[in-house]
Amino acid sequence: MIVVDLIIAILIVRYLRKTLQTAVLLPAWDKILTGVFFISIGLLAADIFFGRRVLFLQWGGHAVLLFLLYILYSKKEFKPARSYMIAIFPYVLVRLTVDILKTFFNSFYNTLNNYADAAILFAVIWLIAMLVINKKQQKALAKEQEKRKQEEEQNKITVLIKEQLEVQVAERTAELTKQKEELQNTLHELQSTQSLLIQSEKMASLGELTAGIAHEIQNPLNFVNNFSEVNTELIAEMKDEIEKGNFEEVKALANDIADNEQKINHHGKRADAIVKGMLQHSRSSSGQKEPTNISALADEYLRLAYHGLRAKDKSFNAAMKTDYDQTIGTVNVLPQDIGRVILNLITNAFYSVQQKKTLRQAQGDNSYEPTVAVSTKKTGDKVQIKVADNGNGIPQSVLDKIFQPFFTTKPTGQGTGLGLSLSYDIIKAHSGELKVENKEGEGAAFIIILPA
Amino acid sequence: MKILVVDDEKDVQVLFEQRFRKEIRNGEMEFVFAFSGEDALIYLNKHEHEAVLILSDINMPGMSGLELLSHIKQKYHKPPPIVMMITAYGDAENFNTAKELGADDFLTKPVDFTLLKEKLKPTS
Repeated sequence: MIVVDLIIAILIVRYLRKTLQTAVLLPAWDKILTGVFFISIGLLAADIFFGRRVLFLQWGGHAVLLFLLYILYSKKEFKPARSYMIAIFPYVLVRLTVDILKTFFNSFYNTLNNYADAAILFAVIWLIAMLVINKKQQKALAKEQEKRKQEEEQNKITVLIKEQLEVQVAERTAELTKQKEELQNTLHELQSTQSLLIQSEKMASLGELTAGIAHEIQNPLNFVNNFSEVNTELIAEMKDEIEKGNFEEVKALANDIADNEQKINHHGKRADAIVKGMLQHSRSSSGQKEPTNISALADEYLRLAYHGLRAKDKSFNAAMKTDYDQTIGTVNVLPQDIGRVILNLITNAFYSVQQKKTLRQAQGDNSYEPTVAVSTKKTGDKVQIKVADNGNGIPQSVLDKIFQPFFTTKPTGQGTGLGLSLSYDIIKAHSGELKVENKEGEGAAFIIILPA
Repeated sequence: MKILVVDDEKDVQVLFEQRFRKEIRNGEMEFVFAFSGEDALIYLNKHEHEAVLILSDINMPGMSGLELLSHIKQKYHKPPPIVMMITAYGDAENFNTAKELGADDFLTKPVDFTLLKEKLKPTS
């Protein structure tokens, strides 16, 4: 039996050295284990040569196994290999007990002989089974470790890829940020261009107005000059009559002078209003709504537009029909903005009737009477301003495009295509509506509806 | 001497009546006013046999002074009334057109009434 004890001891030492890699990890213990290994070999050799004759050999085997049990149980360095302890423990215990009984209580041992053999057999089976299970577990563990290693490898690769991706993402982000900034710059440029365009559209319509304004200022100025000249004459006459003592005549003259003064004042104010209107038109909107007489505003711009157009094309003429609702009173609007819309609509109307007249005349037809009608009306809580013409109307094909920015039917350079688009925006900003009634060939009417 | 003044500015009437108050009082001149080309034609059709001198503005809505002029000169073959056109200062184009259409005389705005009186006197 001693041979089995020693072989087990040798195998266990081998296993321990191998599985715990003591040569590298636990050099001090490795020396001890190596010592145990050679002692076991020595004992084994001694047993083979001397057999049962040397008693201590038997106890030597026990000592080696007990020592192994002891270090497996108590040293934390061997904790991972504790399954060997469980494997050999029953064997060592049974063998030691049997040998002790055999040696010291031989008679008692003899009665239990069969049981002892069974116990040893059981311990051996236990040991083999445990070793097999151990082996299997170790294999599974090794597999697990291999797997973990692979996973770690995988993780390392993943981390590497992730880092690369992060670099790429950072690059892309930088690129996108740059593009975003460029776009923002472009947007700013577009916005400033747009406000420039709006300003130039204002200026263009002001240009159209200049001739009309000149005419409109010239007329009241003529009246102011003429009436003040008349008054000078009348005053001279009045002095004569005072000399003569003809006070009836003096009274009549004084009345005339007073009337004329009123006329002078009226026409002076008219010129003043026109200049103010012109200044307002060119100025950027103050953003302040003020109570405005819509009918007066419409009429002012009708006259300005008419004379403006006349100044450009002397052959042109059109009848103007006006119908103003005097019950409207005032409406809170931005006067220069609404004025621009009205001006734009009226200018368009005049343009349309002018086109039709030219066309008809080319065909030898002189019967067409170009007419532009401007009217205001209050209905419920709404005020409407209507600008109608009897021109050719809007072709059905472009009707849905007329409010689009830059859409124009005029030849290049004659229209910005912003007029109706801006008008639409202005009316929307007043919570109003800009509608169009159109009969192709017969005329168009634009209707501004504002909350009163 | 009847003078038809055609102008879309209504205050022209007061102005003329005061400027020519002496002549009107003396019965030297009589003024009639029309505030559009169309009105002027209606008046002329109604008073066909009166000897009238016409003083017309050019720049008017609806029928312009030039259209009125060509109507008058085409329609009244004998004896066509004298037509004086009032043109804006420096408006050579209208001046030439009016001349071609047979305008008899011209005045520039603002109207110089002393000059106008002198022009009207020999005819009355």
